[in-house]
Amino acid sequence: MSMFGQVYVKNGRYKLKGDFHHLTPNTPIKNADRSWKLMGVTNPRDMTYIHTYGGEAPFFEALGEGKLLGSRCDNKECEFKGTIYQPFRIHCPDCLGRNSAVDMTEQARKNARIHTFMVCERSGAFNILDKPIKFVNVEFEGVSTILMSYLSVGDPEIGMKLVPIFRTTNPTYTILDLSWVPDGTGEEQLPEGFSF
Amino acid sequence: MIKFSNKQLKVPELMRPVYMVTGGQSKFGRAIPEKRTEELCVDALTMAAEMIGLSPAELKSYIHSCYYGHFADHFGDQLLGEAVIHDRLGLDPLGNIGIKTGGATGGSTLWEAVKAVASGYSDCALAMGWERMDEVPTDEGNFLISCAADKDWESPLGHIYTGYYAVMAQRYWQIFGKAEDSFRKTLAEISVKHHGYARMNPFAQSPMDITVEDVLKSPVVAFPLRALDCCLMSVGAACAIICDEKTAQELSKNSPHKPLRIWVAAGSHTLRPADRRDMDIPLLPNESEDQYKDLGERFPGGDRYPGFTGFLAARMAAWYGYRMSGVTDPTEDLDLLELHDAFTISDVQTYEDIGVRPYGEGRDYVESGDCYHTNPNTGKPGKLPSNISGGLIGCMHAVGATGIMQTFEVATHIWKRWAEVHGDQKRWKEFGRSKPDDWQDLQVKGAKRGMAISHAGVGSHVTSTILMDPDNLLKNAQ
Ligand SMILES: [Zn+2]
Repeated sequence: MSMFGQVYVKNGRYKLKGDFHHLTPNTPIKNADRSWKLMGVTNPRDMTYIHTYGGEAPFFEALGEGKLLGSRCDNKECEFKGTIYQPFRIHCPDCLGRNSAVDMTEQARKNARIHTFMVCERSGAFNILDKPIKFVNVEFEGVSTILMSYLSVGDPEIGMKLVPIFRTTNPTYTILDLSWVPDGTGEEQLPEGFSF
Repeated sequence: MIKFSNKQLKVPELMRPVYMVTGGQSKFGRAIPEKRTEELCVDALTMAAEMIGLSPAELKSYIHSCYYGHFADHFGDQLLGEAVIHDRLGLDPLGNIGIKTGGATGGSTLWEAVKAVASGYSDCALAMGWERMDEVPTDEGNFLISCAADKDWESPLGHIYTGYYAVMAQRYWQIFGKAEDSFRKTLAEISVKHHGYARMNPFAQSPMDITVEDVLKSPVVAFPLRALDCCLMSVGAACAIICDEKTAQELSKNSPHKPLRIWVAAGSHTLRPADRRDMDIPLLPNESEDQYKDLGERFPGGDRYPGFTGFLAARMAAWYGYRMSGVTDPTEDLDLLELHDAFTISDVQTYEDIGVRPYGEGRDYVESGDCYHTNPNTGKPGKLPSNISGGLIGCMHAVGATGIMQTFEVATHIWKRWAEVHGDQKRWKEFGRSKPDDWQDLQVKGAKRGMAISHAGVGSHVTSTILMDPDNLLKNAQ
């Protein structure tokens, strides 16, 4: 039995355990239109990447704890001091100073609205969301940018008031741990593993 | 950045005039299993040589440096694919570089080649672009395309790029299109037009004789966009030869056409639409200070700029490009366009970004009939025809080649060679395609100046490539 590749960091180095790739033989591609002459070969490959979140790690960790972190430029010298960013930006795009993390969970519960949305019937390989996927772009009062996410309950409309939900049971530590539902949705309607 | 310094708004200057001498392209198709990519690039360069009455070897002897546009290394499973093509074209040991800016790769490749010649580094540069997206299954292809979105914040959401783009279309559809059936019909007309023009183009991958009804009945991809509103996924190559004046004249001794002046400018915007911040609209020469004061009243919700509805990168590419080439009003000064119609709705959005119509009024460019070769309302020539090639919806979107294909298409009109390039029965036969009985000469009569817009995804990179007959330059052209 093979084991999924797993990684941890110790002494500043990645430590690896398990299988990071699997071998599959290549096969010939032949042309049925020309008496099965050779055209090419398949090149199967299955790999696992090792990826750091760097300065965004606190954002992704907080999702599993039921918190939405934004970031803010607090540099007194910056022309745009006080600007709040969601998506969380590690550095201010103007002065390039290090932003401060701000917990905007309460703010999101009070004044998040759909800026725009899309219901999408298709997906690419490796998708794990249920289809159709209801993309929502969420705007917040007092935040300069507009977050892309997905709606887990109901049908989206521009201007609809939303509240965030978080995958606090078995989090995936990806952006999928954050989702949204219309204001007034009951706890019992939330997808498995999610809470307000 | 949401405020610009004067240094950032400097009008780009070329240190000497730059010319497009010739160009060429391969057949475009969804899959071309019978040819390797290098064979397609050889086809394109051979055609470029033939266009000016030279052998490939003669043309190659002028080339001094090479600019290769190819976006998606992971589709081809080959890093440094540029080095493979460069060797197979027999151009070693000349300097070469790969350029990748998503859907704008073709335009960016021309940008680099033009700067190389303008600076004096080279007197003759090759700009060659290609793409092949036929070597993985479609769902894996969608996954690979979605890698062009942010890998932590966007791609895990379905691994479907269309979804990230379509939210922007939704906002435009509701705010500026007011979700009207009449606007939906206007979008469908764009698809009918582009698939229709593709019928006259032997290189084109998706010629179709369809109606507005057919578009409106095609399957929903992401409402309101349907299958026939979307661009193609393609394999193919296209190239252009960029020179200084002296070399351009020398190379054109046996050429039936004259070299064209060329300018390319570029703009950019956030990879994630999520990161866009509000700002004032940068104005084009044909717009006035107070023109957009009431935009939010006329289109409630439309006062946030660029919001999710404008492509700031396209606006900036036009902002720089018009000032370099002396364009004061694109509709008056230009004779044809090739736009990046990734979706019918983004075609409309671009009309506004490049100032063919003011923000909020893009649909009028179609409804007035101005965008057609022959205006369907009047039966007279369209004022500013667009995408006669068939565009990305009807002709191709072989990403790295697209911006070069568009530019070559514009050039064939200014050279008065459109019918020869597109009508040659031999070419139709060679590509295994049949020339329609009602084939029509779509030459834009009297074309002297044109522009091609090359655009990446949700608008991260956009270039404007402006071509002019050197004997019909605008007054303030550099
Ligand atoms: Zn700052």
